[in-house]
Amino acid sequence: MEERPSTFLRLAEPLRGFVQRFTYLGLILAAFGLMLVGKADTVLVDRTRTHVTDAVAPILDAMSKPVTTFTRAVDNVRDLADIRAENARLREENARLRDWQMAARKLDAENQAFQKLLNVVPDSAVSHHTARVIADSGSGFSHSIILNAGKGQGIRDGQAVLGNDGFVGRIAGAGSRASRVLLITDINSRIPVVIEETRVRAVMAGNNSGRPRLLHTLPSQRITPGQRVVTSGHGGAFPAGLPVGIVAAVTDGGIEVQPYMSRERLEFVRAADFGLGGILESNDRAGPASGGK
Amino acid sequence: MRREFFLRLDRLARNLTPFGLTLALIILGMLPVRIPDYASVAPILAAISLYHWAVYRPHLLPFVAVFLLGVAQDMLSGAPVGLFALVFLTFYGAVVLQRRFLAGKSFPVYWLGFAIVWFLATLELWVLASAFHVTLLDMKAFLFQYLVTAGLFPFVAWIFLRWQQAFLQQA
Repeated sequence: MEERPSTFLRLAEPLRGFVQRFTYLGLILAAFGLMLVGKADTVLVDRTRTHVTDAVAPILDAMSKPVTTFTRAVDNVRDLADIRAENARLREENARLRDWQMAARKLDAENQAFQKLLNVVPDSAVSHHTARVIADSGSGFSHSIILNAGKGQGIRDGQAVLGNDGFVGRIAGAGSRASRVLLITDINSRIPVVIEETRVRAVMAGNNSGRPRLLHTLPSQRITPGQRVVTSGHGGAFPAGLPVGIVAAVTDGGIEVQPYMSRERLEFVRAADFGLGGILESNDRAGPASGGK
Repeated sequence: MRREFFLRLDRLARNLTPFGLTLALIILGMLPVRIPDYASVAPILAAISLYHWAVYRPHLLPFVAVFLLGVAQDMLSGAPVGLFALVFLTFYGAVVLQRRFLAGKSFPVYWLGFAIVWFLATLELWVLASAFHVTLLDMKAFLFQYLVTAGLFPFVAWIFLRWQQAFLQQA
């Protein structure tokens, strides 16, 4: 009983090595093939990715909770240490914000009066869906996060995602119970933006680093560090005026934007449905190729 | 009869250990850790697991499994599909070729072996990702990610060596 398998194995050993090497090369080719397919047919890949994300979402959801609790506990301890200084700072800020609130109320009333006078077409109503970030992945090769809400919770492809500090990205793959957000820093992200004070238009392109760049600006248009960058609403994908970031550096290499959102502080985000989506599907596919210049 | 069944179940569990642990590390690597700038340098823990099994138990982790793990990493991390499948396969293949040299060596040599081969794999990752996007990607992120992964190696590798001694003596 013991003899037969061993003679068989002895005979099969060279064959096994051959098969193994063949499998290895075959798999390498398959991986190459997958990359080519991914480049050619993004729809198929995105759909598969959405399904895989959906399948793993419950695990990520469960595992991310203790991590959140732990980091929150650490934060609490750290906060306790400088609670007095923080209190003083907040009091000062509160006083400043009260002034702003008064100014804002006055401007809001004024604005509404003017809009009524001019018969302005109002922006469509916004509905928000809040979701928790259950995964944050990719460094040099992609920037995306996964939310614990999907189509079942009203999340749709193309919705704008907002964090506490500003514009975060857009929904790139909505599954049934989880969805993937393409961050504004991802290399595939192209956001039509405008410099808030000068109204200079540009396209903000991610490059997988922390600082996206502004494209399609003219040399004659003066852009200086410190200016606020907000969405322009062009193209109809996102509404105008969402805070995106601040111009951080203007060099020969390009104009860098420091986004308001900080990845490590994304815990809950809002997917906002502005009722605008529609052109995204076809437009974004061509994005990386056409916007590369 | 019953004993036979449990023995088989036990063997199955042992054989699935490397795959399961690597997959767990891939998922673990996705968790949102709220440390400033952590996300951009998050280590690729699965590489450490692949290295360990390539050196000590390559027959428990066939190439097909490595390929599947790579695809899982691609799918979850949002990287171009096939990128990590390719990098994991070449990395794993290279380590398997060198395993006779690496097995049983002192820990610093074992660590150095990982540092060298994973550095080459990181370069491959950068070249492939840049080629995929037809642009030169920022290399800093890749380098920092490499440093964090290599720096975390002793901790993860130690757990794996322990695990192996505890559960896979006879495998």
